Amino acid sequence: MPQMIVNGLMLGMSYALIALGLTLIFGIMNIINFAHGQMCMIGSFIVYYLYGVLHWNFFLTLIICILVLALVGAFFERFFFRRFLRLSLREESSMLLAIGTALLLENIALISFGEKHRGVPPLNDHIFNIAGIYIPTNRIIIFAVSIVLIIALLLFIQRTRYGLAMRALAQDREVTFLMGVDIDKISMMGFAIGASLAGVAGGLLALIFPIFSGSGGTLSIKAFIMIMIGGAGVVPGAIIGGFILGMLESIGYGLIPGSVTYLLILSAVILLLIIRPLGIMGKPGY
Amino acid sequence: MKIVINKKIAILIIGLLYTIGYPLIFRHNNYILNIAISASILSVISLGVWLVFVIGRINIGQGAFVLIGAYTTAILLVKFNLSFWLCLPISGFIAGLLGFLIGIPILRLKGVYFDMLTLCLTEAAMLAMLNLNFLTQGARGIMNIPIPGDLKIGSFTIIPAFKPGNYLSFYYLTAIILIITILAIWRLYSSRIGWNLQTLRQSDTLALSSGINIAKYRLISYTICCFLGGIGGSLFAVYVQSVFPTSFKVIDSIYYMLYCFLGGLNYLMGPILGAFLLTFSFEGLRFIQKYQEGIYACLMIIFMIWLPNGLMSLKLKKRTTFKNQPYHRNIQAYVLEIVKKFKE
Repeated sequence: MPQMIVNGLMLGMSYALIALGLTLIFGIMNIINFAHGQMCMIGSFIVYYLYGVLHWNFFLTLIICILVLALVGAFFERFFFRRFLRLSLREESSMLLAIGTALLLENIALISFGEKHRGVPPLNDHIFNIAGIYIPTNRIIIFAVSIVLIIALLLFIQRTRYGLAMRALAQDREVTFLMGVDIDKISMMGFAIGASLAGVAGGLLALIFPIFSGSGGTLSIKAFIMIMIGGAGVVPGAIIGGFILGMLESIGYGLIPGSVTYLLILSAVILLLIIRPLGIMGKPGY
Repeated sequence: MKIVINKKIAILIIGLLYTIGYPLIFRHNNYILNIAISASILSVISLGVWLVFVIGRINIGQGAFVLIGAYTTAILLVKFNLSFWLCLPISGFIAGLLGFLIGIPILRLKGVYFDMLTLCLTEAAMLAMLNLNFLTQGARGIMNIPIPGDLKIGSFTIIPAFKPGNYLSFYYLTAIILIITILAIWRLYSSRIGWNLQTLRQSDTLALSSGINIAKYRLISYTICCFLGGIGGSLFAVYVQSVFPTSFKVIDSIYYMLYCFLGGLNYLMGPILGAFLLTFSFEGLRFIQKYQEGIYACLMIIFMIWLPNGLMSLKLKKRTTFKNQPYHRNIQAYVLEIVKKFKE
């Protein structure tokens, strides 16, 4: 049982990273980024090729993940979403555009990389044994990097001018425009940061989970569950949602056999949403 | 007035062509009949999703109810040997009932929460079907579902039994069900209930303050959507003659949405147009099956960027408005046009 809790905490931290990226994009642009799971998948493929096949430094690979996914995110925002949001009569269509981008990424990956499941060698084979709980060094590194990135992101959002602009944009788009903020640039930046968070999370998770082109769909659904639990568009909600899902998954898979776990998790989420329709920390108005 | 009459005649002609002309021409070509059968069933399902779009919500969970309908029919046909003509309404009813029960708690969620939750519903349905071994045989699925038998009242045969390998009977079945569904939904949409549903999309607070029971209308729309999903699933079960937990996945739910978007969300014939167009053009491009999802993805993106309001929003007459202008300018131009006509 304590092993499961520790595992859950570590997994929860990287899940929180995924949820944060999604929340950022949702807060700024009011679009659920369906392609989030696929961006994680691209991140893990980058790690596979650069770290697994070419044996570059792992942290250098993570930095490259951030850059590549930021480019992808900026590209999506600039060429797909920006033009679309100006033209459409109904807002629901933006969801279809997001789904289209998700399918596009998944199929590009499927065509380029094939369907084979792959894995990367661990960073360090050493396993700590603290009071009967086994903690591989892999997971400690994932945990540490995730914490550092989350703190960096929170500092960015709270303390810098760009972060301030993003928070303002999330609150009210028109008034932020009136205040003289360049909405296009900030939106693009927000999308790029959200996408790069997804990429880094995917790259980190590549160390523990198998890498294949279909993993995007499952990760997207997990990201949505985290957002639903924690509340969409609020940063602490995303972190809480990530942790709760990590713990539930870890304990669930440990105690209950097979695929019933997710069924129970989904039922629990529905029950939670009945009691608190906005998620744990969600604010009305989204 | 002239325009209205012409449109109605056009619709009548298309309807006649579809039910009578098409099968006469393609009577012996099973492949083309097949495509039309699939397209009809997909249209019925997408019409359900469209009905939820009318109230302003996005329903990505239709796959769950199609799966439920398919499994209900399969179980009733295989284990209890009921006649298909009983199974069809029963599976629709059960899917609708489950939709009603699930809808009561989840319809009060706003915006994105509802959309994401419906997405998770599709996953949940697949997992449920996978794990309810005693009823659904789990991962093995249910195979060898018999084709519909005959419908008799006393000794009077209303519908003769389907012969194996004869797709013409399936074609008539799906075409008639499609037409009945279109007429029913059209009647619903133009009635008072339909107007109330439309007000929910525009502003539900305003609707609430006008005295409309928004919970009731949302539930009506969602239940009918799930009912249509159940009917579609039942038809698929008996057409493909097997059903597995992975028969209807998240991607299928997304396809139903795509058909609605392609045709145009503001128009009732939108999902039907979308379903037929995509199914036919997709079969025509069969040799690139491997890239199917990729092509659908590019299609989605291109359509959303170029024609965000669907195919049916293309105006066939000369443009009197500018392309990138906001909506209210177009309304101004439209009003000016009408005023000009009156002055003539």
